[in-house]
Amino acid sequence: MTPPPLQITCKEFAELVTAHEDGVLPERDRIRFECHSERCPGCRAYLQQFRLTIGALRSLPREAAEPDNLDELARTFMDSKPPGQS
Amino acid sequence: MARDQAEVVRPAVGTFDGNEPLLVAALRRREEAAFAALVKRYHSLMLRVAYAQLNDVAAGEDVVQETWLSVIKGIDSFQGRSSLRTWMFRILTHHASARLERDGRQIPFSALASADAVAAEPSVEPSRFFSRDHGPRPYFWVSDPREWPEDALLAAEARSVIAAAVQQLPDSQRVVITLRDLEGWAPDEVCEALGISDGNQRVLLHRARSRVRQVLEKYLGSGGR
Repeated sequence: MTPPPLQITCKEFAELVTAHEDGVLPERDRIRFECHSERCPGCRAYLQQFRLTIGALRSLPREAAEPDNLDELARTFMDSKPPGQS
Repeated sequence: MARDQAEVVRPAVGTFDGNEPLLVAALRRREEAAFAALVKRYHSLMLRVAYAQLNDVAAGEDVVQETWLSVIKGIDSFQGRSSLRTWMFRILTHHASARLERDGRQIPFSALASADAVAAEPSVEPSRFFSRDHGPRPYFWVSDPREWPEDALLAAEARSVIAAAVQQLPDSQRVVITLRDLEGWAPDEVCEALGISDGNQRVLLHRARSRVRQVLEKYLGSGGR
């Protein structure tokens, strides 16, 4: 049994979240996605979890490391000549 | 031309983030502080991206060195048609592909990424949904997910769970989620830097996020927090 053409299943909903958040779903699919979300508490919760996950990923601290030979690279940089200068 | 315009303002190191024309102008003037800021900002990320493409720490370090030398050589001819970081990481991907070829490894990253994107991988464990022939609700939740508390992921422990989950991802997914979410790059920057299609970067990103969400669901469900 397939669902009526204007509806999507929860399983399909879960596959479309990133495309929805990126704003790249075709209009028809976007409407289906949002209608489904309005009517389905499980998928609304899923979307909330997904958004919290993205937010947490975005706030992870950045790793910082500099190369052992930064000084050497910087010297190479300083010695390289801009065009028109000799 | 750009050199003259930028003479007016001389920002402190660190304020370049988000002010790319200023940074590029400073690099063209051969300001050491600007170069050091650039290296400190991107060296670690370059190592991670190179490792994802090569799966070899030493080769990755070589490729990142080659990339910095190319950046130094090329900065005066950088046209600004893409962002500086996109340009730098495209150079990195180019050197990584050349290295793969030199080492006789057949599969460039772009091919690996599209193979990974084509392989089926559901976002949610299939057992979470009713089966296809379930009468009234095929493919609907067997039991609904529940919203997480807004502050559930703020704790240091949750953050380390997330960081570990990212580390566990397959190479192609890890590199895309790192650039898109951890670093906040736009989709087209990621595609250009890695030489992959828009569709593939989104599939890989979605799978990566889905896997991290699953790990978090288990963590939160087991009373973590």
